[in-house]
Amino acid sequence: MTVQILTANRLGDGAVVYRSQAGEWTARLGESRVLATAEDAARILAEAETPAAALEVVGPYLMPVDNAAGEIRPVEMREFIRAKGPSNRTDLGYQAENNSPSLVG
Amino acid sequence: MYRYDEFDHTLVSERVHQFRDQVERRLAGELTEDQFKPLRLMNGLYLQLHAYMLRVAVPYGTLSSTQMRKLAFVARRYDKGYGHFTTRQNIQFNWPKLEETPDILAELAEVEMHAIQTSGNCIRNTTSDQFAGAAADEIEDPRVYCEIIRQWSTLHPEFTFLPRKFKIAVTGADHDRAAVRVHDIGLQMCRNEAGEVGFEVIVGGGLGRTPVIGQTIREFLPKQHLLSYLEAILRVYNQLGRRDNLYKARIKILVRSEGIESFSRMVEEEWSHIKDSALQLPLDEIARIENYFAAPRYEHLDDNVREFEVKRFEDREFASWVRTNVTAHKQPGYAVATISLKPVGKPPGDASAWQMDAVADLAESYSFSEIRVTHEQNLVLAHVKKADLYALWLGLRDLELATPNAGLLSDMIACPGLDYCNLANARSIPVAQRISERFSDLERQHDIGALKIKISGCINACGHHHVGHIGLLGVDKKGEEFYQITLGGSADENTAIGKIVGPAFSYDDVVGAVEDIVDTYLEYRTDGEEFNDTYRRVGLAPFKEKLYAAH
Repeated sequence: MTVQILTANRLGDGAVVYRSQAGEWTARLGESRVLATAEDAARILAEAETPAAALEVVGPYLMPVDNAAGEIRPVEMREFIRAKGPSNRTDLGYQAENNSPSLVG
Repeated sequence: MYRYDEFDHTLVSERVHQFRDQVERRLAGELTEDQFKPLRLMNGLYLQLHAYMLRVAVPYGTLSSTQMRKLAFVARRYDKGYGHFTTRQNIQFNWPKLEETPDILAELAEVEMHAIQTSGNCIRNTTSDQFAGAAADEIEDPRVYCEIIRQWSTLHPEFTFLPRKFKIAVTGADHDRAAVRVHDIGLQMCRNEAGEVGFEVIVGGGLGRTPVIGQTIREFLPKQHLLSYLEAILRVYNQLGRRDNLYKARIKILVRSEGIESFSRMVEEEWSHIKDSALQLPLDEIARIENYFAAPRYEHLDDNVREFEVKRFEDREFASWVRTNVTAHKQPGYAVATISLKPVGKPPGDASAWQMDAVADLAESYSFSEIRVTHEQNLVLAHVKKADLYALWLGLRDLELATPNAGLLSDMIACPGLDYCNLANARSIPVAQRISERFSDLERQHDIGALKIKISGCINACGHHHVGHIGLLGVDKKGEEFYQITLGGSADENTAIGKIVGPAFSYDDVVGAVEDIVDTYLEYRTDGEEFNDTYRRVGLAPFKEKLYAAH
């Protein structure tokens, strides 16, 4: 099923981050809070657009994910690349830390 | 090379302090992101997919060894050990931290570099012929005028908020290596009937979503009127450019909608008021700038260099590199060496910190400590003694920088694409890598001959796909990456916009499609024909047939 999560870039270093279940910003997509309803999504997004949140992140937005198999996976190629790192340099980005969803499966 | 005067030093160091303060205020919450974004963009700092990206200006693509070493230092200390040379002859760092960017800019200022006007709706880095000052076919060194334009356009108060970005290119040679006809303004140095040197002024060219070939607005502009004439063009554009529509805001749209005659009349009218103003260039000022670009202290040498010829005869690999990567120099006994940043299977334009350091050393040993960045994403050592070419080549080979492919199929332009860029729809770099792997047999590439493939990951055309002999444009089709192919484009003195060959190919199929196009060219070409000659003679039909009959 396609649901949404909230993502942004961290202010200090621009790194890709996701809004976690614990209500924090995490580098791990798998820890994201899954937003199943439009109301939930709108509320969590609004929280990320406050002046306080702007001290932590830039450009928050909702992205669709697939969590059918119990694992949260991006739907769009762009989000796979954000979650992993450049596809031509597996030594860079989160994929280098073995901390990203697999492109297969 | 140009050296900063006190004004340049003051301006750049003041900007570093100013930006440091702005960053601190953003981090402290005193500036919102909406307030801060235009400020960081004025200093070349973008936010891309994975991180911030800092674009550093390399004015008209000329760097000293000292500057190159500083870029290597920045790559190592503040980034992830590499940088990416771009089609505007600049360099981009893909992983800088916001907090550290003021420190990076302070480091760059120490070697007379900055990131001012590498973004935003202003006059960007003026680009030029990478062989400037060395090319045998050159009238004069175009960098003198690039530098004059740099001084005039830097923080020009009237042109800081243009309707859209503005790009100028200058070439001093008949063979256009600077793509002047696809710039907002292109300047082609030329002589009038009296033998005086001036500029043919071309206006309204550009790529992006609406590719347009620039038109000549003035056949001959005397040098002393360069700035007043540019100012007149910019004023007309600044006043009438479409600020209401981002996609129609470039000068090409204005020139096209007004018509070149009408646009020209408006420029002439504006020019008549400022032609004899303080903008007129005094000859002694031109001479002062010319001094910075005076020829290096060449030795007086015979052009026929025996040890070079012997090595070329003995070492086939060296001969192959000389054939593609070495160009004639105007000074006897010297040559121009192109350092390919397109090794087989590697991202076009990327260089590691250790490669940058080593190139700086080689430039110091063999080319008067000067390096050029080309708009085709390579580096150039412009003044190498022929007698030193073999030693240079050995040094480059150790660095994996001696690929003999300049001007060949694998010497591709590719934008960063979806692997890095926030605007991209599809990946460019891996497509370039796969093409170069498919054609990894360099003898095959030499047989195919000169061929320009250019790849963009979106319609903004940073990869210049419109003017590739074979152009690839990445598009998003229902979430899948597809590539639209154009044929017959060219960026030189015979500038042409490529034509779409047919339906787009998937990421998996696009490399095979390029190979089909190359095979069709080889099948149809007659002796001495380059790709576009054959294409113009036979048209799209045989290519279409080959591409779509089987699919």
